[in-house]
Amino acid sequence: MKHSIFTLFSQAISGHQGWPAQWRDPAPKSAYDVVIVGAGGHGLATAYYLAKEHGITNVAVLEKGWLGGGNTGRNTTIIRSNYLWDESAAIYDHALKLWEGLSRELNYNVMFSPRGVLMLAHTVHDIQVFKRHVHANRLNGVDNEWLTPEQCKAFCPPLNISRDMRYPVLGGALQRRGGAARHDAVAWGYARGADGFGVDIIQNCEVTAIRRDASGAVAGVETTRGEIRAKKVGVVASGHTSVIMAMGGIRMPLESFPLQALVSEPVKPVFPCVVMSNTIHAYISQSDKGELVIGAGTDVYTSYSQRGALHVTTHTIEAICELFPMFRRLRMLRNWGGIVDVTPDRSPIIGKTPVPGLYVNCGWGTGGFKATPGSGHVFADTIANDRPHPINAPFSLERFREGVLIDEAAAAAVAH
Amino acid sequence: MLIVRCPYCGDRPEIEFRHAGEAHIVRPADPDALTDAGWADFLYNRTNSRGLHRERWRHTHGCGRFFNAVRDTVSDFFLATYKTGDPKPDLGTLEKGSRA
Repeated sequence: MKHSIFTLFSQAISGHQGWPAQWRDPAPKSAYDVVIVGAGGHGLATAYYLAKEHGITNVAVLEKGWLGGGNTGRNTTIIRSNYLWDESAAIYDHALKLWEGLSRELNYNVMFSPRGVLMLAHTVHDIQVFKRHVHANRLNGVDNEWLTPEQCKAFCPPLNISRDMRYPVLGGALQRRGGAARHDAVAWGYARGADGFGVDIIQNCEVTAIRRDASGAVAGVETTRGEIRAKKVGVVASGHTSVIMAMGGIRMPLESFPLQALVSEPVKPVFPCVVMSNTIHAYISQSDKGELVIGAGTDVYTSYSQRGALHVTTHTIEAICELFPMFRRLRMLRNWGGIVDVTPDRSPIIGKTPVPGLYVNCGWGTGGFKATPGSGHVFADTIANDRPHPINAPFSLERFREGVLIDEAAAAAVAH
Repeated sequence: MLIVRCPYCGDRPEIEFRHAGEAHIVRPADPDALTDAGWADFLYNRTNSRGLHRERWRHTHGCGRFFNAVRDTVSDFFLATYKTGDPKPDLGTLEKGSRA
């Protein structure tokens, strides 16, 4: 069913009883052309673009839990593209341009809201790094501008720019095209779109082994719902990528850490933009439901527990209360953790692997949501043509052997 | 907050410690002979175990010494800590036993 004002109106007068299921719940077939492991935003987007742009519709997306239940449903939905290096600017801005037309493309309201992302500088080093970013971004055609503390305050009135803080605000870098989107709607929109092209989305289906033929190439996967043959397998399993790739005999340059987030009780619209402070680890925006969505820094030890340590969230809450004193009495409703796969250079890995027919898209670390459409778009192209798309060619697994790192570890302006 | 048993100081709260990555990664004996793939494996590739994991910790705000630990990365439960240089505990026996 195509969504429009007319379908909304007709459903409204019939009491919203006639909405169809947005995707099927098929049993797995014995073979597909392509199997995607992981039905998060990136995996579903990959399946969508495989079907739409490359005509490959005999595709299964396997998910051990429920679709969008991993990091897609656990992140703080910040979208921006003001990364330092040319390679990063290319892929993140590719994604941002797709975000701008995504609701229309999917006929699904992903609530993309380019309300501006303000990154705060608290030290002389921050100022130098952020100004370098502003200039590098300008050369790459990516919008980013430097604001004084007073301009930051004008853009985000709840902000405390007093000089008496432990880390006073010394300025900020603002990307006006950046913003936020509804995380669930992104997964649902891509799932509905892919399903519409005939892609099978199979939930509660955990991959337990990767099968290879006599030549060493991929022959399929074994799952908790039986064996599925496929000549091409794309692994998009975020924090669990190391586990899946080990089934194919590949050691990955990844470590998995919990990344925590929390939301407050809902309040009226009080917060007009997205604010990030990498130095003191505070990420905040307000959802359309009114909840403040707050992100912390990564936990300090590797874990798959989808929880994290209380002292990590405490650290973030203290920073939020200092930056935005009006939130001091606000109660927090929920907190949780997602497992993020972090690479040594803090850039993703997208491309082929030493095993023919096995492709991987991982290593997005703490910032994968923003890349969802671009990531799926170039990964689908890579799988369909068995060679990297020009945008993701630099993000190969081989870069760790060749030493051609894309070092956003310091450059991403995130204090790791 | 986790309670971590430093093999030198005993049980202390997690905030006294720093996690220091996977344990038992041996520095190449003959660096000149190591291939690029070998260097990548040494520098970057990690086991990233889901389940029992051998890792290094440092009691930064205590004795300052490095030591090794076996932790279940699904539950974050420590099964053992042991001094650097001590033999690796057998994961099979640890899994059956309780906290060492």
